[in-house]
Amino acid sequence: MTDRDDDHDAIQTERVRAAIRDEIQADEDRDDSPPPHGAPVIELRDVWLAFDRPILEGVSFAARKGETVTVVGESGTGKSTIVKLILRLLVADRGEVFIRGKDIEKVTYEEALKIRQRMGMVFQSSALFDSLTVYENVAYPLREHTNLSDDEIGERVREKLRFVDLDPDEVTQLAPSELSGGMQKRVGIARGLAANPGIMLYDEPTSGLDPLTTGIITNLIMKLQRELHVTSVVVTHDIRSAFRMSSKIALLHDRHIVFFGSPEEMAASDDKYIQTFLGGY
Amino acid sequence: MALLERINAAARKKVFSLQEAFILAWNAIRFIFVPPFYREDVIQQMDSIGVQSLGIVVLTGFFTGMVLALQSAVQMQRFGATTYVGSLVTASMIRELGPVLAGLMVAGRVGSGIAAQIGSMRVTEQIDALNVMGTDPIKKLVTPRLIAALLMLPALTVINDVAGIFGGNVIAKFYLQLPTSLYWATVWDQISNGGFVLRFIPNDFVHGLIKPFVFGGIISLTACHFGLRTTGGTEGVGVSTTRTVVTASILILVTDYFITQALLALLPS
Repeated sequence: MTDRDDDHDAIQTERVRAAIRDEIQADEDRDDSPPPHGAPVIELRDVWLAFDRPILEGVSFAARKGETVTVVGESGTGKSTIVKLILRLLVADRGEVFIRGKDIEKVTYEEALKIRQRMGMVFQSSALFDSLTVYENVAYPLREHTNLSDDEIGERVREKLRFVDLDPDEVTQLAPSELSGGMQKRVGIARGLAANPGIMLYDEPTSGLDPLTTGIITNLIMKLQRELHVTSVVVTHDIRSAFRMSSKIALLHDRHIVFFGSPEEMAASDDKYIQTFLGGY
Repeated sequence: MALLERINAAARKKVFSLQEAFILAWNAIRFIFVPPFYREDVIQQMDSIGVQSLGIVVLTGFFTGMVLALQSAVQMQRFGATTYVGSLVTASMIRELGPVLAGLMVAGRVGSGIAAQIGSMRVTEQIDALNVMGTDPIKKLVTPRLIAALLMLPALTVINDVAGIFGGNVIAKFYLQLPTSLYWATVWDQISNGGFVLRFIPNDFVHGLIKPFVFGGIISLTACHFGLRTTGGTEGVGVSTTRTVVTASILILVTDYFITQALLALLPS
């Protein structure tokens, strides 16, 4: 490889990234009633939710375009519930959840399905379809919801796998069970990214991974924000990763958001619970 | 008081579960007519439910026909009426045993498989992943299985009936030394004596094919219902599988009685 080849590859890569950014922007421009400029892409306003016991009380926070907001907290405090509310897999008892300025709680089920198609989600367990190959998993949202040709889908799948640092030639025909935990997570991210969504949601993306793989996944989430300006909400209890990748951190404790701010503000806080939670990080 | 509250809570849970099952059934049927249509999934399920159940259905039908012929031959020999073995096997297989046995076999083999597959998808968040990607899991998973079961159960029942009648033929020929032509003549007598619907379709066939159609719906919807409600990891998958087989089998036997009553009233021989 000569320097000229390297330059050519870099230019090509940047062109692809720019095309994806344009596609995301064009998708947002197609909205019937686009949100006001500078308005949050995701916003929870005074959300209350209870099942057999109260889960969330008066939860509010917002993520603006290109921001990565991380929801941290102890296990069992309802962090994953927040992601389910954003996706409208759950409906709040009180309060509002806005996605691109639209109250997702007030839309019909069919509209909610359409809104979800414009979001990517990475699950704690990766949730890859075990009856499909890696290729078919990443291609799934494209086959379901786009009119792309087989060739275009194939190219998109390879591009997404390369983005998550996987070699398409090596992994496309493998079954999810043949992949390591970290590779499954990366394929999960590639699948979430396949339709070029403007919003990515992550439920414990680094849980159960070794420190090295945790670093790789964290870097990928940062790369998405840096290169594609994707708005992300990450649910995690991994405070080290949260500090690295977050624009803002929301700390959930005892059903309430007890802190919402930048990692620096969190580290500087003299609140006793926050300091205990950080454990000297 | 505590006991009453527990009974009340358990009853509410059962009613809620029943309500969910009916909503699932309604949506699964509604989605048959609403695009997108998952044709490949339907064909795959027809293979899984129908083609792969052929062996067990043929085997069950064949041996049931043999046992029926053998048992009835012992009784009929006392009255010198062994020539009617074909008639008895045919009536029993087409009207009753064929549909019920095929239903029970498929409930055991396919119902448990569907519940285990969908249950595993539920506990590994694959159902949530479908939802998140804007795909309705009922449309993608339940409707194709329902269509496949509705189409394949009647086909399996016909094969089961034919295997049973052939089984009876083996006993008639080698145990009772009846000529094969006589056996098949009594088979046809039985079919034609039952009367015809629209002059061409034997009543016995109508009896025998309405039931598996209903059983197909029962098996697929029961399995999908318990699969989708699975909680509690791999142990939960086991519970859903067992519940599916037990519930579907009971529903098949109970429904069989009521369909028989209704058909005897509507299509008397």
